[in-house]
Amino acid sequence: MQHIVIIGNGISGITTARHVRKRSDDKITVISAETDHFFSRTALMYIYMGHMKYEHTKPYEDWFWKKNRIELKRAFVERIDTAQKMLSFSGGETMNYDKLVLATGSKPNKFGWPGQDLKAVQGLYSYQDLKSMEQDTKGISRAVIVGGGLIGIEMAEMLLSRNIPVTFLVRESSFWNNVLPEGESEMINRHIREHHVDLRLNAELKEILSDENGRARAVITGDGEEISCQFVGLTAGVSPNIKFLEGSGIETKRGILVDPYLQTNDPDVYAVGDCAEFKVPNGERRPIEQVWYTGRMMGEALAATLTGNKTKYEPGHWFNSAKFFDIEYQTYGWVWAKARENENDFYWEDESGKICLRLRWDKSSGKLLGVNNFGFRLRHHAFDKWFSEERSVEYVLAHLRDANFDPEFYKQHEAAIIGQFNQENGTNISLKKRSWKRILELVS
Amino acid sequence: MSTIDPSLSIANPEPKDTDVIQKLGLALSGIGVLILFLAWGNLPIPKTVGLATAILSILIGVSIYSYRLYMKQPEGIKNNGIWFKGLTNRGVLGWMVGIVLTGFYVLLYWYPEYIGFKSTGNEGLVALFDPLSMFFKGQPASQWFVYGTLYTLAIVSLGIKFLYKYRHNRYQTLRTISVMIAQALFAYFIPEILAGLNYNDVTTNSGEYLGYYNTDIKNIWPLDYDFFHDWQQDAFRQEAYQPIGVLFLIIGIAMFLVVTPVLTYFVGKRWYCSWVCGCGGLAETAGDPFRHLSSKKLSAWKLERWLIHGVMVFVFVMTAATVYGYFWNTGEVFGLNIYANFQKPYGFLIGAAFSGVIGVGFYPMLGSRVWCRFGCPMAGYMGIIQRFKSRFRITTNGGQCISCGNCSTYCEQGIDVRAYAQKGQNIVRASCVGCGICSAVCPRGVLKLENGPEEARMDLPPIMIGNDSFKVAE
Repeated sequence: MQHIVIIGNGISGITTARHVRKRSDDKITVISAETDHFFSRTALMYIYMGHMKYEHTKPYEDWFWKKNRIELKRAFVERIDTAQKMLSFSGGETMNYDKLVLATGSKPNKFGWPGQDLKAVQGLYSYQDLKSMEQDTKGISRAVIVGGGLIGIEMAEMLLSRNIPVTFLVRESSFWNNVLPEGESEMINRHIREHHVDLRLNAELKEILSDENGRARAVITGDGEEISCQFVGLTAGVSPNIKFLEGSGIETKRGILVDPYLQTNDPDVYAVGDCAEFKVPNGERRPIEQVWYTGRMMGEALAATLTGNKTKYEPGHWFNSAKFFDIEYQTYGWVWAKARENENDFYWEDESGKICLRLRWDKSSGKLLGVNNFGFRLRHHAFDKWFSEERSVEYVLAHLRDANFDPEFYKQHEAAIIGQFNQENGTNISLKKRSWKRILELVS
Repeated sequence: MSTIDPSLSIANPEPKDTDVIQKLGLALSGIGVLILFLAWGNLPIPKTVGLATAILSILIGVSIYSYRLYMKQPEGIKNNGIWFKGLTNRGVLGWMVGIVLTGFYVLLYWYPEYIGFKSTGNEGLVALFDPLSMFFKGQPASQWFVYGTLYTLAIVSLGIKFLYKYRHNRYQTLRTISVMIAQALFAYFIPEILAGLNYNDVTTNSGEYLGYYNTDIKNIWPLDYDFFHDWQQDAFRQEAYQPIGVLFLIIGIAMFLVVTPVLTYFVGKRWYCSWVCGCGGLAETAGDPFRHLSSKKLSAWKLERWLIHGVMVFVFVMTAATVYGYFWNTGEVFGLNIYANFQKPYGFLIGAAFSGVIGVGFYPMLGSRVWCRFGCPMAGYMGIIQRFKSRFRITTNGGQCISCGNCSTYCEQGIDVRAYAQKGQNIVRASCVGCGICSAVCPRGVLKLENGPEEARMDLPPIMIGNDSFKVAE
């Protein structure tokens, strides 16, 4: 019975632990300096907003870990001795391992801005970040958020829920437009403004000014404007949390370098989730995948390897989701900010201005490559299967009702979508009725 | 210094502040409630306008308040600050509301004289309702008339609030309009009108009481546990009540024997629990601010299964004894007095204490569905159908779950929805009332209530989709 030690109790580490337990009787220890128990990091915002309490963000009740013989240890790993296969904790204590899994996640990026380490300046990643945000936003009259990505907009939503006015500095010319095509990005710009956020596009942070107590009192933007505020959110992305590995002999670049089996240069040390960097990226994927879903999938694959069934991490078709204030977003396959040479593009937007669909497909084969849907829901199984079966855009549109995942009685958009598509592309696609027979085939 | 562009909107940049109109709405509804309390305290509220003023103030006040509260914000989920407020997080206000509600139920069931229902003539709160009762049926109000009126008022006025809150969600709006109409029409106006037409609850000129039977078609046995009691069976057949009496007898039997199993097979128990039922109607409207207080612990689920099925067995045994006693006219079964050993304990323990006092009085402590989850035998009966022979399920959307916990938190029935969603498994649970809030609050579009083939309804995938690492191995 080997001792598998996992550093990090986020989705990647915990998925690894759970699946190792499903497959073996190995001794499992999960170490975290952050919290006693696994919680959903993606739900931190809802704690601040008063939708949930911390306890609600724990996907498993506290008895779960003992029942499944997963030992939890609250400690901070300071050093890893790969020769002795030994961890040293900050209190001086040590622990031996047979296999070590690094699942240490990320930390918010700081790009050397003057004042970035002042009080009331922070990112939002950990439970501790949430605590300090809670403390530092009490009774304030304005907050500035720097960085127009997913965490930035979530932070804006959080602050607004407390009636704190927000100025949102986005370096790009439109929100998240390095990922989102123009139509979608513009829709979110409008929605951000609808929520009365002071959205500044093409705006950079130059400096954060301090008050006499070392706390942020204002920011200065790239064009020299001073905006007074009492809280600054730094949300310009995250990078792997790997500083403690210095001198351990484990190879790192931006993240911990791993092969397709999630193995590092040390055969007994693996890395999963946000902190892992693939030496060879998987297809179109980035070498570092900082997504809930990929962390989970890496954990599933690694658990098989650790229990003697050597398994490559082979993610299937890309998918992701988010919510921008009230607008839900899902994506399946690849939709780049700009269509590539070989790609055709279609964009439909509902008259409400809050619902849209984008399709990308291959010019020569007609094969669907990706879909973005905002403000309505699409069935994951449908697109996963259609990509695997290399279905054409015409086929997908004709069967779009099978993929509709909106609640019952919702207004359906398929007819409008296909009408516009036919008009623009000179096609004659007719919409098929929803078929449970086909849906069951998609799901099976 | 700083030049802050307050966005492009001309509206208040801090939209969630309570504005003057909102406060007026609140004050108006407060006046309505105050009138009820003053009447209770026997203050001389003018009989002619007192009740109308109270009811209209509450109705209009709540409507104005919620219109302003929700319509000035973009449409979407409105759960901000729920766990910070005393009323909705078991704080002082929550306890106060709970105690008042519980106290009201205790008085209503066992000490109606303290709200003014007296054999010597009504006083106080009950007397305030006399004019309305006289209007409907020419008799002074009973404590049950007061209760029925306030209950309907609560569902309608707070239903309006719910409609504004969920205006973006058609499933929620249709469902809420349905419970509002079902309560107002089937539980209130039709029964009162039938009584007014002397088809029910009649005392003849010679002073003979002809009996009472249930004329609320949606109050179905076994929830309506005294359907088979001899006094009700006699009233159904009372000469003076025909043809309405027998019609309601037939409807009553058809509802539990045919309508309930058939509809539950096709759409799940939601057709009743969150679209029609009065208990459900109150839970979904007045109870909505408390839905998240239900326990999601595994231990609560274990308790739930024993309790709800225990009550169901109790009602079956009680009814069997009642029917036996009715047809054989024994008054006893196995030497046990049917009233003393079956009907009375059920009526006291379950009919009054559990469904009323605990079921509604404890909203701010245990959530809005305590009765529906732990007690209701109708829910138990439909739950068994829903679990084993139904087309209803909550479909999970592949691998999109992020385990955030909103679905579980806002499940009024205490189902750990996330436990299924994060495994990619559909949710098929006896207790699900199909309110659809899990699907509404999900930030990733993972949950969809739907009716479909029974095949593969509950399958558990070994690995969630999106991960091709296992295409051969698993």
